[in-house]
Amino acid sequence: MQEYFIIIISAVLINNIVLSQFLGICPFLGVSKKLSASLGMGGAVSFVLVLAGALTWTVQTYILNPFKIGYLQTIAFILIIAALVQFVEMAMRKYSPPLYKALGIYLPLITTNCAVLGVAIINIKKEYTFGKVMVHSLSHAAGFTLALVLMSGIRERLEDADIPESMRGTPIALVVAALMSMAFLGFSGLI
Amino acid sequence: MSLMSEFSKGIIKENPLLRLMLGCCPALAITTSVENGLGMGAAFTGVLIASNMAISAMRKIIPENVRIPVYVVIIASFVTMTDQLMHAFTPALYDSLGIFIPLIVVNCIILGRAEAFANKNPIIPAIIDAVGMGIGFTLALVLVSSFREVLGAGTFLGIQVLPESAPAILMILPPGGFITLGCLLGLMNKLQKKAA
Repeated sequence: MQEYFIIIISAVLINNIVLSQFLGICPFLGVSKKLSASLGMGGAVSFVLVLAGALTWTVQTYILNPFKIGYLQTIAFILIIAALVQFVEMAMRKYSPPLYKALGIYLPLITTNCAVLGVAIINIKKEYTFGKVMVHSLSHAAGFTLALVLMSGIRERLEDADIPESMRGTPIALVVAALMSMAFLGFSGLI
Repeated sequence: MSLMSEFSKGIIKENPLLRLMLGCCPALAITTSVENGLGMGAAFTGVLIASNMAISAMRKIIPENVRIPVYVVIIASFVTMTDQLMHAFTPALYDSLGIFIPLIVVNCIILGRAEAFANKNPIIPAIIDAVGMGIGFTLALVLVSSFREVLGAGTFLGIQVLPESAPAILMILPPGGFITLGCLLGLMNKLQKKAA
């Protein structure tokens, strides 16, 4: 039990996927201008991340490892993620139009989101069991959403601030991210 | 003449990292030392040249509808090759770059060049474009990592340049990456405005 707890704390706060592992920076900077959009993106990424975590682990354990073709990992994983995103998009459009409306535009972007592939690879590197893979993926998804929502809250206020012209937009967003990541460094003493 | 401009556009005018804001993830994560920056830049440039060449060579036989999956598979194959080569010949660099080598697959610059340039142009311009973009990205990585290594560790390519007590450790920790890239982008914007 304690092991799972440590995985959760370390993935959400200490090794936050955006602020200390630098995965998923593109959506973090691109979609964090509005709170509602960042919630949508967070939801879509979490959904795909957890599903992809489960699928890639299964493929690695039952197909790549027994046949000793581990070197095909990168190709296999990216195909799984691309297919999964496409499939989720189709299923959502058919069975849950409101959800599709809310998350739909973010879905195609997720294929090239390094957070999804990154977490899948970390899962395998750490040799987790299936239960731990699920907990680990879920916590990273929660960490991503947390960082995105916090960031969009700050950026909504930055709109009104008087910032030197050349720093407006992405540059100031990166400086804000630096301050947030400094705050998250404070969690590193937790475990 | 036009080949020259295909080459030079990637270095300054359309620098993938500093002007187009593509490929931020590796640029923030592995720029803790100049050596890592150079290694990542070289691996990236290799993959970009190979994939641009292959996609340009096959541009007439790849069906329009499935082009993105085809590009992704081509890129992933070259990334796998790079990954294996680096594992065999530069094990130390391989360890310090870690998962960011397989993650070259999802680097938006490579897919972006395939879609925007390689599938419309013959092989030679496609290679030149890739070399230019690759050098531009490598230079940007080296720039970011020089700031971080000099200020954070007091060294440059492993040589001590600042007194040992001077370095601000923060610069090689995650916040240093964000703040360096943020300030560099601001500076680029300022210079761009002055030039225009």
